[in-house]
Formats: sequence, structure tokens, C-alpha cells
Amino acid sequence: MSVATETPVAGIADAHKAGDWLLIATAVLLCVWVLLPIYLLIVNALSSPDQVTAFPKRFFPSFDLGSLSFFINFAGVARALWNSVIVATLTMILAIGFGAPAGYALSRFDFPGKGTFRFLVLMTRAFPLPLLALPLAVMFIRTGLDDTAIGLALVHTTLALPFAVLITFSLFSCIPVELEEAAWTLGCTRWQAFRKVILPLALPGIAASAVFAFTISWNEVFAAAVLTIENRTLTAFLLQSLGESPLYLKFAGGAALVVPALIFIFAVRKYLFAMWGIANR
Amino acid sequence: MHGKALPYLLLMPATLFLCIFFLYPFALVAFEAVTRDGAFTFDNFRTMAGSWKFPVTVRNTLLLAAIVVPIQLTMALLMASVVSRLETGRSAALYVFAIPLGISDLAAGLIWLAIFDQSGFLNTLLSSLGVVDRPVMFLGYQSKLTIFIAVALAEIWRATAIMMVILVAGMGLIPKEYYEAAEVFGASPWQRFVRITLPLLRPSLQTAIILRVILAFEVFAVVAALGGTNLPVLMGETYNWQFTLQDRNVAAASALLILAISIGFTLFFLRVLRVPKEARI
Amino acid sequence: MAEIAIKGVAKRFGGFTALHQVDLTIADQEFMVLLGASGCGKTTLLRIVAGLERPSQGEVWIGGRRVDHLPPRERGIAMVFQNYAVFPHLSVFENIAFGLRMKKLPQQEVERRVNRTAELMHIEQLLKRYSGQLSGGQRQRVAVARALAMEPDVILMDEPLSNLDALLRLEMRAELKGVLAASKTTTIYVTHDQVEAMSLADRIAVMHQGRIVQSASPVEVYRNPAARFVGSFIGNPPMNFIPATKAENGSWTVAGLTLSGPKSDKPRIEFAIRPEDVDAGGEGLRATVRVIEPLGPHTLVTCDVEGGLFRAILDSNASVQVGDDLRLAPKPDRIRWFDPETTNAL
Ligand SMILES: Nc1ncnc2c1ncn2[C@@H]1O[C@H](COP(=O)(O)OP(=O)(O)OP(=O)(O)O)[C@@H](O)[C@H]1O
Ligand SMILES: [Mg+2]
Repeated sequence: MSVATETPVAGIADAHKAGDWLLIATAVLLCVWVLLPIYLLIVNALSSPDQVTAFPKRFFPSFDLGSLSFFINFAGVARALWNSVIVATLTMILAIGFGAPAGYALSRFDFPGKGTFRFLVLMTRAFPLPLLALPLAVMFIRTGLDDTAIGLALVHTTLALPFAVLITFSLFSCIPVELEEAAWTLGCTRWQAFRKVILPLALPGIAASAVFAFTISWNEVFAAAVLTIENRTLTAFLLQSLGESPLYLKFAGGAALVVPALIFIFAVRKYLFAMWGIANR
Repeated sequence: MHGKALPYLLLMPATLFLCIFFLYPFALVAFEAVTRDGAFTFDNFRTMAGSWKFPVTVRNTLLLAAIVVPIQLTMALLMASVVSRLETGRSAALYVFAIPLGISDLAAGLIWLAIFDQSGFLNTLLSSLGVVDRPVMFLGYQSKLTIFIAVALAEIWRATAIMMVILVAGMGLIPKEYYEAAEVFGASPWQRFVRITLPLLRPSLQTAIILRVILAFEVFAVVAALGGTNLPVLMGETYNWQFTLQDRNVAAASALLILAISIGFTLFFLRVLRVPKEARI
Repeated sequence: MAEIAIKGVAKRFGGFTALHQVDLTIADQEFMVLLGASGCGKTTLLRIVAGLERPSQGEVWIGGRRVDHLPPRERGIAMVFQNYAVFPHLSVFENIAFGLRMKKLPQQEVERRVNRTAELMHIEQLLKRYSGQLSGGQRQRVAVARALAMEPDVILMDEPLSNLDALLRLEMRAELKGVLAASKTTTIYVTHDQVEAMSLADRIAVMHQGRIVQSASPVEVYRNPAARFVGSFIGNPPMNFIPATKAENGSWTVAGLTLSGPKSDKPRIEFAIRPEDVDAGGEGLRATVRVIEPLGPHTLVTCDVEGGLFRAILDSNASVQVGDDLRLAPKPDRIRWFDPETTNAL
């Protein structure tokens, strides 16, 4: 009796084991698929210019800072990096400054026009937004915003704002209204309750959506290339010099774009879902 | 507290912003596309369509989308299933899979350039395996096919993450009990995936596909980094009309075409993957 | 002194009317329980008193002051929420001190009051912890302490015990009663648990579909339901109702029994009796036994009377069998009569 029952159980256990191994192997394979190309770029960035153009290549970095120092000292790079940071920071401030109040309003009130607003926000995602930089280029020339950090940041904010609204909306929705109401009954005005109860609880999430806004701006190429001439951001600069610049400059530049991105995504990893989970409905 | 105006006040900045930087430029693009020197005309579209590059451009863009999106969808589903079934290392896998989300298309292009370049890693690998004896020029102007493959790979690598995140979020919304119930009724893992996950995931699939298809029509910097002008795509042509050829109106017409294609596909997928309200979770 | 007066309060949510014309006065230091089935509008009424919701019409007065236009913080109330709403980012101490700090009380006074209420609620040893480190029952104590520390005129509680397990609920119930009686506040307490209502209340307001059907002392509500709904909602098992037809003026035929009742020109009214108010044997209602459930001290017998269900609680040693024909004699002073159209007591 015991023998008869044991065999199928063992069989199932084996099947489970095989399934587990398959699962882990798939996971590892997919991780390699994502990480290997990045690794190879980093290898290039950490090799000397000669090694980058040499053949055959080594699959390990030589930790030669030649490429990187050439990149940093290349005319215009430092400025472009700085511009990228400025534009991304402005985008972050604008997106959160406009987006968080809207997210709060959506999460806490029912009012006529709410649906329209959500539709407007969701609609932006159905448009190739960077294209809108084309007409804005003309408008900016008229208003003196052309080729300025703030001008570009405004366009990047159109990209980042819908995300900021959706993420903060889901953040505030996750904080029970009762906490806020309890604060009101304990003597808080609406603003005090927000500052003392809601803000501390939402702060990590708001920071994450700020980082996300920063990343969007940091990575954007098309609008940046269209709207800036003198004050190029790093992406616009790299795009412009793709034709003429040597390989090692490109790879060092690529690494300069990628490494912060790795950190950003790590910083916001917990909140990646906030922007889609609810937006689906 | 009971101020009826408060939600509107909170929404005002975001709404105004979207009106000025989203709706208004959108109207401007449309206007510029159908006028020239202030007069209504379809010449811009004729000029655009009359260019010898135009058919190739459209073909490349659509073909790229048609090949990349299904592969990405499959991979994203695979990633999402792997993530949702992993017990240990779940958040690590999720982070790794999500990394490309933070990487700009330009950087992705550069990453794959490190692989496909003549002095790149692929050539090194192939020669060490003895497949080739001299480095092959994968990205030269006469190797359109390998350029296309490289661009497709870079696109798949870069933009699968966004679908994966949407799908993981969607899977998280499916109550575990459904799977348990199906298991009790004897459904195999594959049957559970086909009979439960996929149907219940429809809203997320819809969002993911729409978003991804729109992004596919926006492909620009990856191509610029890998193919230069050897693989013309719509967004790149728009950029050319604006800058190289200095014709704003045709650039606007081109932008409008991309918008039209995007909206067309959005509506198509909204319809095809429509989920009746009563059938949602 | 904090008498609460609710005058003609109505609340509509879009097209749905959650409260119709509610009038209720709660005396100073009274413990008033709002009792009713789920969705009858208890929470809505409580939130209107708290100022978290605005009435569509009507007035709310607290301590002789009209408050319906005031925000919660200016009403002199404290509230305990169903999910406690203990702030997760603050320690227990800071949670209890929260309202006191909003009042800008000196630190010494804050500490004194926090310690006093913490002692009262037996949570002195938890003051340094955070909400995440507390059990449900402890969180509940913190929520009550936070309300008590305000020394409010009025405490509002929305099903504060409903998230606790049965044993803890029993313990907390007794404790709350003691603490609130000592604090001399006026209390409005919302629950859908009738045992809780009976045991706590000075007065129970029974709500049904957005109306207060009866507000009276627990015994009164139990013995003399003002409407058929009250009788059928309160009591476990609830009151029995049997149609009565007119025999002559002032006497009615009920399941083969003629009883003297109210004078009415209606041809049919309803006879009602609580399950424990019948005796087996003698002159009584004709009943056929369907189910017998021995409950220890009594036996619950479910019978067929006039084609309807009738529950009787009989002595455990009553020897009845399924299928028996019984005579159930109602205690004359416990018989109640209802008008089947208005459903009000006659
Ligand atoms: N904000 C709202 N919008 C629309 N309808 C509401 C709203 N709040 C409550 N209602 C409705 O008003 C009615 C009364 O709700 P209320 O929360 O007061 O019930 P309750 O008696 O507290 O029930 P429970 O015992 O389940 O807590 C319900 O039918 C509810 O659906
Ligand atoms: Mg309630």
C-alpha cells in the first residue's frame, strides 16, 4: 500500500523539480539577455580607445579610463551633461508640482469633469509626444524659450506629467481616507492633515515618481535634438555627433547615459507598478 | 473642507499645462501640415509622399513594428509568468527585467552598436568560433538586412520591459483563487495560462500593446545609432524634413501621418481587445 | 454639557437617498447606539454629526451650538474609526498626543494626558511602538485612547469592535462601557450587532432604510417594538408574526385561537409574540413541529403555524417530537399587534 502511494507522489515531486529547474533556467537566461549587452557596453567604456577599435576584442574590461577621460574632456560634453541634469531636474519639479495636486484631487474627490481629465491624461499616452516639439519650436522662438533648459523641460514635462499624475493618484489612493479624516477630527485643517499625515506616508512614492520624471527627461532624444542648438543635452549631443565621433566616444557616452539609468530604476523599482496597475481600469 | 472648488483648483495647473503644451501644439501641427504660406493645401502631404524615400520609410517602420511587437509580447508574457512564479529572487529578477525601462533608445542603440559594430563583440565571438575569418561589416550600407535585424534586436531588448511591467501589474490583479480552482478541476499549468491568465489579462494586454505599438512608430534614435541613414524610418524622416531639408510644413505633415497611424492602431486594438465592462475582474 | 440634536437631517448621494428626515436628540452624557442592518445609513448619520459629510438638508446641534456648517475640528468631537486609523508613521505616544499637539497644549500637559489615557486603556507599555507592531485589539485601544485624550464633549464610534475576534470583543465591550461612563462624554456608537447594542446602550436608535424607526431604552426596544421591522430585527431568534382576522370588535382570531386585542376597523392585522413568550400545552396556537434544536438550557422548536414558520423557545425537558401537533399558549401581557399596512405597532 505504502509503495503504491509513494511512487506517484515521487513522480509529482520530480515533475515539480523539473518545472522548478526550467523556471530558474528561464529566469537566468532572460536576465543574461538583459544584462549581457549592458555589460559589453561597460567593457567598451572601461577600455582604452585602442582596445575599443581593436579586433579581436577581450570580453573583460581592462579598467583603462582612456575612453572615459577622452569623453569627459571632449569639447561640449561637460556642458551637455550639466544641461541634461538641469533639464531633468526642472522636468522633475514641474511634473511633480503639477502632477501631485492633480493625483491628490483624483484620489480624494468625486466631481463633474473628473472623467474628462483622466481621459485627457490617458490620451497623452496614445500620442507620439516628442513630435509636438516641432510646432513648439516655433512658439518658443517667438517667446524666447528656444534653446533654453526651461523650454525643453516644459516639453519633457508633457511626457512626464501623465506618469506623475497616475503614480501619485495610485499612491494617494493607497492611503486610507480615514487617516486623513481622523486627523480632521483631531483638530487639523485640510492642509495640516495633508502635511502631517498624508505627506509623510506618500513621500517615498512621490520621490520615486520624481526620479521617474527625471529619467524620462534624461533619456529623451527627439525633442531635445529639435529644441536645443547651443544648450544641447547629453542625448542631443550624442545624437548630433553620431556621424563624426569615434567609437570610443560613443560608447563612453552610452555608458554615461546607462549607468544613471540603472540607479534610477533601482531607486523606483517598488513603484514601477503604481503607474499601470490602476491606469488599466 | 467642503469647498467644491478645491478639486478644480488642484487640477488647474496640470490641465492648463496639458492644454498649452499638448492640445495647442497638436492643433498647430495639424494646422501647419495642411497649410503653406498661410493657404490651405495638401501639397505638404504630396511632397512627403512624393519623396523617393517615402515608401521605403513607411515599409521599414511598419515592418519593424510588425516583427518587433509580437516577439516582445511573447517575451513580456514569458518574463511576467517567470516573475509571478519565482519564489526566491523574485524582486531581483523583476529589477533586472525592468532595467531597460530606464534606458533611452539612444543608449540602447549604442549598446547594440558595441555588439554589431565591425570591431564589435559579435565579430569577436564569431571569429573565435571559427565561423568567420575576417570581421564582417554588419552595419554597412549594403547590409540592409543585418541593420534591420540589429535594430529589431535592440528594440526588442529595450522596450520589452515596459510591456512586462504592465503585464506583471495586471497579473497581480488576478485573484489566486481562480488558479487554485482551475487546478482543482485538473487544469495543467499551460491550460491555466491559456484559459485563465490570458483572458483575464486582456485589459493589461490592451494597454501594453497599444503603448508598445505607438512607441514602435516613434522608433528613431536606435535606428540613428545603428543604421544612420541606411534604414530610413518615419520619425527619422520627420527629423530630416525639419532640419536637413528645413521644411516645417512637410515635417508637420509627416508628424501628422505618424499621429494618424498611431491613433488608427490605438482604435484598432481598443476594439479588437475590447473587454466588456461586465466581464472585468 | 453636550446635548446633540439632529433635526430633519437628510442625505442624498446623487439620486440615492441614504437618510430621510432623521430627527434624534441625544442627552448630555447619554450613550446612544445606532443599530441597523448593513447599508441602512448609520455611518452616514455618524459622519454628518462628525462633519465629515455634509447633510443635504437639516441641522445638527452640539451643546446648543449649530454645527452643520463647521469643519470637524471645530465641533468638539472625537471619533473612533472602524479601521482605527492609527497613524502608521507615528508612535503610539505621538498618535495619542496628535490632537493635543494640534491644540498646542504645553508639553507637560500633553505628557500628562497621554499617560493618563494610556493607563486607562492599559497600553502604557506600548507607547514607543508603531501601529505596525500592534495587534488589532491594541490598535483599537490606541484609537480609543487617542479620542479620550482630547477630553471631548462627544465621542463618535463607528463599529469600533467589529474587527476584533469574539472573545476580545466581549472583553473590550465591558471595558469601553466602564471607561466611557467614567469620562462623562456623550457617546454615539454605531453597530449592527444587537447584543453589543443591548449591552452598551442607554438608548438604542434602530435604523431602517435611512430612517430611525424607534429610539428607546434597550428593554423597551426589545419588549415594545414600535414597528414590525424592530421586532423582526432584534432578538435571536426574532419575533413571530401571524396574521389575525377580526372576530368581533376588539377580539381577533389567530391560528384557531381567539384573543382580545386592539380595537380597529381593519379586517386583518398581525399578531406578534417573542419565541420565549409561549408555553406548550393548554389553550394555544395550533402548531406542527418541524425542527427541534436542543440548545442546552432551552430547546428551540420550529413549527408550522397557519402555513408560516413559528419559532418557540421551550424548556429543555418539554418532550416534543418532529411531527407532533402542539398547542402554544402566548403569555397575554407579551402579545403585540401590528398594522400590516403601516407596519406600526397598534
Ligand atoms: N459616498 C457615497 N456615495 C454613494 N452612496 C453612498 C456613499 N456613502 C454611502 N452610500 C450609500 O448610503 C447607504 C448607507 O451607507 P452607510 O455607510 O451609512 O451604511 P451603514 O449603515 O453604515 O452600513 P454598514 O453597517 O455596512 O457599515 C448605503 O446604501 C451606501 O451604499
Ligand atoms: Mg458603516
